[in-house]
Amino acid sequence: MSEKPAAPAPAAGRAAMKKELPEHFKAYRHVWVFVELERGHVHPVSWELIGEGRKLADKLGVELAGVVMGAPGAGTLEAAAEAFAYGADLVYLVEHETLGDYRNEPYAKALTDLVGTHKPEILLLGATTLGRDLAGAVATTLATGLTADCTELAVDADKSLAATRPTFGGSLLCTIYTLNFRPQMATVRPRVMAMPERREGRTGRVVPFTPDLEESAILTKLLSFMPDRTSAKNNLAHADVVVAGGLGLQSAENLQLVRRLAGAMGAEFGCSRPLVQKGWMPADRQIGQTGKTIRPKLYIAAGISGAIQHRVGVDGADTIVAINTDANAPIMAFAHLAIVTDAIRLLPALAEAVTRRFSPHSRDRIAG
Amino acid sequence: MHIVVCIKQVPDSAQIRVHPVTNTIMRQGVPSIVNPYDLFSLEEALRLRDRLGGAVTVVTMGPPSAVESLRKCLTYGADRAVLLTDRFFAGSDTLATSYALSKAIEKIGAAFCAPDIVFAGKQTIDGDTAQVGPGIARRLGLVQLTYIQKVVACDTAAGTLTVERRAEGGTQTLATRLPCLVTMLEGVNEIRRGTIQDALRAARAEIVTWSAAEAGIEDVTRCGLRGSPTVVKRVFAPPPRAEKAATVDVSGRPAADADALLDAVVARRPALATDLATLIAGY
Ligand SMILES: Cc1cc2nc3c(=O)[nH]c(=O)nc-3n(C[C@H](O)[C@H](O)[C@H](O)COP(=O)(O)OP(=O)(O)OC[C@H]3O[C@@H](n4cnc5c(N)ncnc54)[C@H](O)[C@@H]3O)c2cc1C
Repeated sequence: MSEKPAAPAPAAGRAAMKKELPEHFKAYRHVWVFVELERGHVHPVSWELIGEGRKLADKLGVELAGVVMGAPGAGTLEAAAEAFAYGADLVYLVEHETLGDYRNEPYAKALTDLVGTHKPEILLLGATTLGRDLAGAVATTLATGLTADCTELAVDADKSLAATRPTFGGSLLCTIYTLNFRPQMATVRPRVMAMPERREGRTGRVVPFTPDLEESAILTKLLSFMPDRTSAKNNLAHADVVVAGGLGLQSAENLQLVRRLAGAMGAEFGCSRPLVQKGWMPADRQIGQTGKTIRPKLYIAAGISGAIQHRVGVDGADTIVAINTDANAPIMAFAHLAIVTDAIRLLPALAEAVTRRFSPHSRDRIAG
Repeated sequence: MHIVVCIKQVPDSAQIRVHPVTNTIMRQGVPSIVNPYDLFSLEEALRLRDRLGGAVTVVTMGPPSAVESLRKCLTYGADRAVLLTDRFFAGSDTLATSYALSKAIEKIGAAFCAPDIVFAGKQTIDGDTAQVGPGIARRLGLVQLTYIQKVVACDTAAGTLTVERRAEGGTQTLATRLPCLVTMLEGVNEIRRGTIQDALRAARAEIVTWSAAEAGIEDVTRCGLRGSPTVVKRVFAPPPRAEKAATVDVSGRPAADADALLDAVVARRPALATDLATLIAGY
């Protein structure tokens, strides 16, 4: 590439070829999952990653470790116990007064030092505001590769981490490797991986780690924390039934039809990304790669084409229903049921039909 | 007060199409825009400058055509623009990009004035990684403040900055010392139109253009593909489901079609009838 202007041939760099790992990387073994503990509460994405990390560790024949950080006594031991219940073999317990509320400086330093001491081969974090903030800082300090928002993780034939994420453009996926650097780092969004089974009474080793931190050396101070009102938060990521609208609905007013059907079904509602960009729906209703990942029993997509960034957010749904005027829309490749018709006309009728059939107050209810 | 804002020129993603047969991205004719998330950071930088005095420098790494996006930022009111462009940068991943940009920011500091705040976009709409901002902060040894929804106070005399940060489950109010790196959340301010004077100045403005060497990058192996630890091994279309979607026949009468659709849903998963009845009853 130094001789010739780069053509867009991805695998042309030096890093593209797997070489014999440099000596100082050979000690890097084991799979780690950063357990995101804040205010005594573990983010569920951490358990989803423990489930995924378990598979990778088994494939590699190495141990799976959870990394729990926090102020002493602030839910750290409980988090460690849960990590074992979900499948970790050991937990690195990193406790320090400065690790109370999340701040980048002490967390990044503690995690970087822990990696330097105990050397994981793979390090996974949730793609949350905390996880992304931390992962970017740690990967840069370690000068290693970091792949964001993966939708699939695997170990390939020569034991490298193959991290797959949707790529730029709309209907493609790409698999990214970090061949010659350690650790191999990736973030995964909440709800992309399934929740693993929890085994009561399963235990493991706790390895304490004392980070070299001092409050006086930390430039950033937390002045206050205002928790979200839980009533203000939607339950999209955990809803059993979700109704969503896309550009096919053609106007902000027509989104009422989606809200109304969702209301009739006791469901949550959402939308594709362009509607958020147009300001037709708030950002926390966006479903997909850069919005929420959902795993409902029933997902109804009205006027949504099904671009890859949308698809990866709904692939975990049990039954996907597409309402679309185009029988060849990409969504037809992953929907279970499709009806080729005008959603603007069908949605009101569907709301009525749902009420007629399933509402306990309706006389002629047919229960399945 | 000197503020540096990192921006990126990106294709307007809403208009990108993938070739249905070859699975390649069709970029021809797709207009380029300033990454929308960057504009919230630019606006915040301009507000701070308007209030506290000083200058805003925008910087980007990209192809020569990225001058257009820099010029756009000048029309909004930025004072100066720097383009970092070199074939050595082609194929950079986030680590290599943060290296090149951090070098350029150091050079901007030497050439003009060291920045008090570096702003970056929350993420880009083409890569969406949210990694470059934190990467630059680490390389420059700056405190990073990501997902900021409000700049509460900036005291240049005391050298402090107070912000509200969106965290998981709540909002943090944080105070830190300047210099630092900030990425703003989307939708937290409204991007100005810019004045006619700004537009005239932007049209005439000379945009500083640096090659890798001019930006002080001696080791180009840390840039571009060679400086990128991540490697794209494979690009592919997702496999379709084994079974194709079952299609519900359409009569054209919405009421009948709605019933047919519900029949099909319940036929596929009988348990959904009970689930729906429970949900509706509880609603
Ligand atoms: C980095 C990146 C991240 C992204 N992240 C996301 C994300 O998180 N979520 C997301 O959704 N997108 C995301 N996108 C955008 C994504 O690529 C698509 O552009 C988007 O999902 C398309 O939205 P849509 O299906 O609503 O619109 P369109 O693609 O315009 O599709 C509209 C559909 O409606 C149908 N239609 C038209 N009229 C009717 C009617 N009357 N009744 C029924 N059907 C009708 C059409 O046949 C068409 O299939 C991302 C893109 C990029 C580049």
